[in-house]
Amino acid sequence: MIPAEFEYVAPASVEEALSALAEGGEDAKILAGGHSLIPLMKLRLAAPTLLVDLRKVDGLRGIRRENGDFRIGAMTTHYEVQGEQALGLAAAAAGTIADPQVRYRGTLGGTLAHGDPASDLPAILLAAEGSVTLQGAGGTREVAAADFFVDYLTTAVGEDEILTEIRLPALEGYGFGYEKFNRRQEDWAMVAVGALVRKGPDGTCEDVRVGLTHMAGTPLRATGVEDALRGQPLDATRIEAASALAAEGTSPPADLNASADYKRHLAQVLCRRALEKAAA
Amino acid sequence: MSTTEAPTTSGNGFVGRRMKRKEDPRLITGRASYTDDIVLPGMLHAAVVRSPEAHARITSIDVEAAKQRPGVHAVLTAADLQMESGLPMAWVPPGVDVNAPEHWPLAKEVVKHVGDAVAVVVGDDRYAVVDAAEDVIVEYEPLPVVTDPEAALQEGSPLVHPDFGSNKVHEWTLGGGDIEAGFAEADVIVERRVENHRTSGAPIEPRAVVADYKAGALTMWSSTQVPHFLRLFLALMLGQNEERIRVIAPEVGGGFGAKLQIYAEEPLLALCSKATGRPVKWVETRSEHMMVSHHGRDQIATMRMGFKRDGTLTAIHAKIVADFGAYLMLLTPTIPSLGAFVMSGVYRCPAVQTDITGVFTNKVSTDAIRGAGRPEASHMIEATMDQAAQELGIDRLELRRRNFIPKEDFPHETALGIVYDSGDYDGALDLLLRRFDHDAFKQEQEAARREGRYLGVGFSTYTEICGLAPSRVTGPSGFGLQTGLWESAMVRVHLSGAVTVYTGTSPHGQGHETGFAQIVADRLGVDPQQVEVMHGDTSTGPQGLGTYGSRSLSVGGEAIVKATEKVIDKIKKVVAHELEAAPEDVELQDGRFAIKGSPDKGMTLAEASGAAYIPENLPEGMEPGLEETAFYDPSNFVFPFGAHACVVEVDPETGKIDVRRYVAIDDCGPAINPLLIDGQVHGGIVHAIGQALYERIAYDENGQLVTGTFADYALPSAADVPSFETDRTETPSPTTSMGVKGVGEAGTIAATPAVLNAVVDALRPLGVDYIQMPLSPMRVWETIQQAKGQTTAGGAA
Repeated sequence: MIPAEFEYVAPASVEEALSALAEGGEDAKILAGGHSLIPLMKLRLAAPTLLVDLRKVDGLRGIRRENGDFRIGAMTTHYEVQGEQALGLAAAAAGTIADPQVRYRGTLGGTLAHGDPASDLPAILLAAEGSVTLQGAGGTREVAAADFFVDYLTTAVGEDEILTEIRLPALEGYGFGYEKFNRRQEDWAMVAVGALVRKGPDGTCEDVRVGLTHMAGTPLRATGVEDALRGQPLDATRIEAASALAAEGTSPPADLNASADYKRHLAQVLCRRALEKAAA
Repeated sequence: MSTTEAPTTSGNGFVGRRMKRKEDPRLITGRASYTDDIVLPGMLHAAVVRSPEAHARITSIDVEAAKQRPGVHAVLTAADLQMESGLPMAWVPPGVDVNAPEHWPLAKEVVKHVGDAVAVVVGDDRYAVVDAAEDVIVEYEPLPVVTDPEAALQEGSPLVHPDFGSNKVHEWTLGGGDIEAGFAEADVIVERRVENHRTSGAPIEPRAVVADYKAGALTMWSSTQVPHFLRLFLALMLGQNEERIRVIAPEVGGGFGAKLQIYAEEPLLALCSKATGRPVKWVETRSEHMMVSHHGRDQIATMRMGFKRDGTLTAIHAKIVADFGAYLMLLTPTIPSLGAFVMSGVYRCPAVQTDITGVFTNKVSTDAIRGAGRPEASHMIEATMDQAAQELGIDRLELRRRNFIPKEDFPHETALGIVYDSGDYDGALDLLLRRFDHDAFKQEQEAARREGRYLGVGFSTYTEICGLAPSRVTGPSGFGLQTGLWESAMVRVHLSGAVTVYTGTSPHGQGHETGFAQIVADRLGVDPQQVEVMHGDTSTGPQGLGTYGSRSLSVGGEAIVKATEKVIDKIKKVVAHELEAAPEDVELQDGRFAIKGSPDKGMTLAEASGAAYIPENLPEGMEPGLEETAFYDPSNFVFPFGAHACVVEVDPETGKIDVRRYVAIDDCGPAINPLLIDGQVHGGIVHAIGQALYERIAYDENGQLVTGTFADYALPSAADVPSFETDRTETPSPTTSMGVKGVGEAGTIAATPAVLNAVVDALRPLGVDYIQMPLSPMRVWETIQQAKGQTTAGGAA
């Protein structure tokens, strides 16, 4: 509960932050809302020698529309995402994160860069087929969600890069459902399923996206479910049959409260419930 | 409460009122001073080096690197401890052998659980000492580990204390009546294995200690429930005269039993201060709390109850294996006995027997956590009663009523020889059923089942034993505690009529300053705001014994009443002398001590106290001043009781339980302050819901703690529990002058079986008849799958 010694800077621009990061070497870390990193430091599971705090950097906060997308600054808090109802599934998922205190401080960019498979928003970005902007000394690059989550707590953000912006497709015309299962209200997801469904005029499924949280070391798409449902009538029987495929290809990490089998079962139940909401 | 809230004792009406707490303004505005708020000139900080191994021989300790760090003043290991004796265990039961190992603040040679302290680092900076502690290099030679208490009793198990030749701490049977005849008479015997798993007390404020040794005297601030015991044991451990030790428990942010203890850090910090000549502070981290502050429960029981066909209870036999962890701390081995004292609950039973086996394992010690033995017993009794009702084909509540001790049978001596003071169990259940419409619920339950939804209601009718304690029962020649359990009070009326009350109890969230002020104000005819209650400082009042075992009101409050009555006796003499009347004709009327029949003739408390401090106003030979001390040793325990109902909905697809409604009827005698009672009942129920559904301390087979943070140890928050509906009946205890009983633990004792029984009621249509706590979603789901006769493998959507 008492972290090891570290240095701290709070630069005013992304450029300054990038130089601080470069000077700090491999044990320098970016600090956003701090709700993942600081607990790890207090438990001495992480011991960065330098924290580069982004809180004074201008222009990293806020949500705007651009063409068919939302552009969200990396330092935008979960509370702000939750409050932007037009974000649909992302807003619903952000509203389930921990408790209000955490949502006031925790950031979208922070949770994505941290890459915890039990966090709510990575699977949403994946299902929405969004992307992130990474800025480094040599310029910026955009990385699709499908390429961003590499492994447990490992993302495509390079040691010399800062995640500055998130692109989330607006997905107008999609219904959504978010089903999160945890023991206590403020817990991380034991399993969560986010579903997006676009219904055609005849009630068939024109498009469907299903994101799975905490069913592997990274967030996953339930492609088996999506393939089974796309082009099909959205009735209870077909939704249930498709949901039975939700755990295919997953490798859920077991813990004291949830065996892998139980999590596979939960994924199926939650998938059905999320799809029913999304298709309603 | 549905009935009147009129005052229940004579006085000016402050007793019985729903007063807001006097403590709260300073607490909720951040102006309260906890141990961590104590800052002394030149103060150093300590960090403890702890064992990462559950069982290992220490082969070497290298403290040089830590000592070389800037700002480090001292590093102490076991070799540096100069102590007369180790950490205390206060129980020496006559006629029972208890294997009690040595227990030193820093491990000598062998560590016996993860977190066992090995060294302590003292330095200028609170952060830097933690870094320095990581530089203390300890080499360990791992030894075999045992964490399962049943395995620990098997031949060939690794031994926690090889000198004893076994992991058995003690065996003890408490019984009364002819148990064999009782079971021979039974038509139906219900047997159930009941696990009351290990939990943490988890107060919001972790422990903290500041020690300041100077000029041969020790002052210690500690976040403790027992400052007076701490002073005594510091004197014994350190070989220091007791009068040269002052212990202060400043604001204490919750205890739940976890601070009813003498911990290693207390003598250790005294020695650190002595070694450095500076005051030293140590504040427990949350991770340390989960790892080394004592745990509770951890009992495995086999419960057998015998019934005649008509439901009459004939015998109860409980066999308990209690996991005590690696060492015996202050009260460790006594805890299961507290449950044994009330193993027949609210029921008449001619034969009751409890066999207790205490066991050492390589885990941290267990000891008192809220309820301490009685929640385990109530869970065993009430879970088995529901199963008995099922097997006998008798309604659950009807079976309970048939066996209730009737109210006219009080005081009631149980088979064990314990005398229950008072009770009206039908009355509490009747009120519960007025507040909870059982028939309407059954219809709702039926309708829900037709939709595939599973609702259930669970009941718990309980009593418990508290108000610790009549010293003749619990003392050296009785139960074997090496102390009395009386309480003390001093009431001082100042010259101006202001009142200071000193209590030997030591609150940590209960609201003593409000409740005790109401009692005294009521009797002295003043406003409770004029009555200041002082506590938690061994240098300001008489010797006291602290707060635990729901004792503060029924023992400490009674001491305050005694002292107040002595003050009133003197006031009457002073007033009678001033107004030329007889003392027996003086009585409190409308805030004045007035003469019977002449209400215009009288004196306020301020006038009387003013007179008492001016000797020329006093009768010949009377000492000046107006303060009195009293000690009160109760003649019996008190036995609160009640009836609780819990409504749950279980999601059969996921196993998740939603507690939808909770109705609690509790009887702790006449209320002093119903608001304080509600607070205790609410907190107690949350504590029990935590145990029933969420909280569990878990170790792996290597003795590693796997629930070391609040991310893994699922302490529920307000968002996880419903609003509670509370109500009371008031059955006075004949033992106490105010008729009061304790209520601090009642909710915790009552509620786990209510939750369990509700879940089982919901799931009986699926074939479920019991689930071990905690009822985690996975465990519930797996139980449903097993009951359906399906395999749990592969999912079953």
